[in-house]
Amino acid sequence: MLQYVSKRILSMVLVIYIVITATFLLMHSIPGGPFTTEKQLTPEVLRNINARYHLDDPLWKQYTDYMGNILRFDLGPSFKYQDRTVNNIIADGFPVSVQLGTFAVLLAVTVGISAGIFAALRHNRTLDYMIMSASTLGISIPSFILASFLIYFFAFKIKLFPAAMWNGFSYMILPGISLAALPMAVVARLTRSGMLEVLSQDFIRTARAKGVGKRAIVYRHALKNSLIPVVTYVGPMAAGILTGSFVVESIFNIPGLGRHFVTSIYNRDYTVILGITIFYSALIIIFNFLVDVAYVLLDPRISLEKKGDN
Amino acid sequence: MSLKKLCSLLLAITMLSAFVIGCSSTASKVGVDKPLRFGQLAEPETLDPRLATGQPEMQFLLQMYEGLTTYDANNNAVPAAAEKWDVSQDGLTYTFHIRKEAKWSNGDPITAEDFEYAWKTLLSPELGSRYAEMLFYVKNGEAYNSGKAKAEDVGVKAIDNNTLEVTLQEPTPYFPQLTACYSYFPVHKKTVEADPNWASDPKTMVTNGPFTLTNWVHNEKAEFVKNENYWDSSKVKSKKLEFAIVENNTTRVSLFENDQVDITLNPPPSEIERLIKEKEVTIEPLLATYYYDFNVNKAPFDNPKVRKAFTLAIDRDAIVSKVTRASQKPAAAFVPIGLPDMELGSDFRKAGGHFYKDNDIETAKKLLAEAGYPDGKGLPPITLLYNTHEGHKAIAEAIQEMWKKNLGVQVELENQEWKVFIKSRAAGDYQVARDGWTGDFPDPLTFLSLLTSNNGNNNSHWKNSQFDQLIKQAKSTSDLAARIKVMHDAEKLLMDEMPVMPIYYYTVDYMIKPNVKGLVHTVTDYIYFKEAYVE
Repeated sequence: MLQYVSKRILSMVLVIYIVITATFLLMHSIPGGPFTTEKQLTPEVLRNINARYHLDDPLWKQYTDYMGNILRFDLGPSFKYQDRTVNNIIADGFPVSVQLGTFAVLLAVTVGISAGIFAALRHNRTLDYMIMSASTLGISIPSFILASFLIYFFAFKIKLFPAAMWNGFSYMILPGISLAALPMAVVARLTRSGMLEVLSQDFIRTARAKGVGKRAIVYRHALKNSLIPVVTYVGPMAAGILTGSFVVESIFNIPGLGRHFVTSIYNRDYTVILGITIFYSALIIIFNFLVDVAYVLLDPRISLEKKGDN
Repeated sequence: MSLKKLCSLLLAITMLSAFVIGCSSTASKVGVDKPLRFGQLAEPETLDPRLATGQPEMQFLLQMYEGLTTYDANNNAVPAAAEKWDVSQDGLTYTFHIRKEAKWSNGDPITAEDFEYAWKTLLSPELGSRYAEMLFYVKNGEAYNSGKAKAEDVGVKAIDNNTLEVTLQEPTPYFPQLTACYSYFPVHKKTVEADPNWASDPKTMVTNGPFTLTNWVHNEKAEFVKNENYWDSSKVKSKKLEFAIVENNTTRVSLFENDQVDITLNPPPSEIERLIKEKEVTIEPLLATYYYDFNVNKAPFDNPKVRKAFTLAIDRDAIVSKVTRASQKPAAAFVPIGLPDMELGSDFRKAGGHFYKDNDIETAKKLLAEAGYPDGKGLPPITLLYNTHEGHKAIAEAIQEMWKKNLGVQVELENQEWKVFIKSRAAGDYQVARDGWTGDFPDPLTFLSLLTSNNGNNNSHWKNSQFDQLIKQAKSTSDLAARIKVMHDAEKLLMDEMPVMPIYYYTVDYMIKPNVKGLVHTVTDYIYFKEAYVE
């Protein structure tokens, strides 16, 4: 186990290093820079700004300086928001995205799994069809349409929730549902097909023959085994949702991290692009690692050592 | 007494006492308790006036700070932190007399030195301010910024605590208009010197405007309270301002209609028709022109007749009424509506008039034939470049269609991402390109000087020494009548040569609740909440 973990950590560091380098090079190769603005700056003004941010150094020096700072967990100043650092931006936005994301993930997982179980137990009956049609809708309706519909109905028509902003739990419901709809639908489908597959296997028949109750069969035997594909999906999905969504955050005006993924590229805010890319990839990698660990707990046939040797 | 009755009695007592307490607190201090809530367009990039560059910063800074002058509702510069100013005979030296009663939010007096310090540090090469150019009017401002002069050579000097002497590079009759812009705001020297991160936290900010910032949640909201130390605080009505920072224009409309904000602006174009019908939007002129650049260095647009033919062959009325649909005004000149001419109340645009007839297909065809391209025959392939955006695309498509129908010219459309686009356009890597300009200060020069030969924003790369000469005169003549005349002449010359094709004058769409009073806004899109309140 220890050997496996240390190997994984080593490969995680390597992956992050590659991500940083690739993003750094890509970023500097797109046309336009952080100070390309509609109002052209005079060459002298531009020179002063470039000197202030060390953008006049050769690229290799900028790269090594940046790497040095990363080792000290310093992601540098934002070029666009002149009084803020990338660390500030992540510290401001991430907790908000985590709150909203946790709510959405919990909603997606609990509702999704329960719906999947019900659908599987009522296979090819009305409830199954209803749940599966709802999940088709959940997968196919884009979040911005769902969000607009929720605002129209719950904020304007029945005035139950605020239309936007971020001021407490009631502000979390509509964006939470908008974020959760897609993963909820996927989780329901994965659970259902996992359940159906497991329920038709020999060990379930044996359990039934031994006279194990229906409840115990579903929860103790079938569910645990059918969750492996769900866990595989939930890991990266959680990382994605926790770091925020551009669309939902912008429609509901939530001060999360998600919008910076898009706006920083548009602004060519080099340090913010790099900083949140690193942050996001680190999260994804860590969540994938946790998923691998969760496999072992769910299915004794999977062993980490063997996998690590591959 | 039953439990239910007891509960309701307790509740009644609580509510009553809350009401009494609420009333007594209103009586204790002058001002309107109800906060004024504004839907702000974007997160400010900074709240250090020396580093600010755009509309989002401006909206905050105008409430928090005050310059030597400020604008009134008619776009005139009026005394603010300075109670008056004198101008020397040659128009080169301005002496501002700062109010003795003017104080910072912490109670310190505002001194001439605070202004000198703010302007000099803004110009210093080390600060790397993006708007340093705004202070190049001050003598040696540009030289100091580019490292060719020292700080003490810059033409701004505190004579004593209340007297600021400013020497200019050349006479600039509109200098008092400039000192109302945020780049000319003062900073509290002691605070800035003590803490390099002073502008990142409301707790460390010391400001001199009608309101002080008390809370700033990035990308979400900001709260201001009335500044009791402000010299003119008796005129400040609202005790509290609340800004919601909302970038998404549909969301801003939702907040307004759901009564979460009292004022906001720029709803999405697709909503404007409905909002006008429901009387939720008021349309005001904005000091801005939407236009296309012709690349004068590339055939066929090196020929003024071709440029003119293309300019005349579009139907601007149809563009604003059917495509943009936000009550923009069709433009038949470059300088927009809303700037004063000779006398008080006159308008530079009205005095200057129109330079061409809109949708004048006949003349356009004639000009194109004279240029050697009868019915568009013989023209090289033409590409129209714009930045990727729904609105720009719709306009470009309409114009493409008009040129095809009216001139028989086939034009290709090409779009580029914003920063890529700016780069191509500045480099002259296009034939026809979308452009637009918003005035920095209320004077026609903010538009006309754009097309001088060495201006970095002259994207058409048009060079005309006669035009440059006229602009130079307009910059230095202090005789108002002569100045206005020179600027009209310059615009006429520009429209004869037509390196740019004006399309429309922008408007700004305000959404203001009917119970909001006392709001002041200018053609440069400055919104002052100083005297505004919710009734």
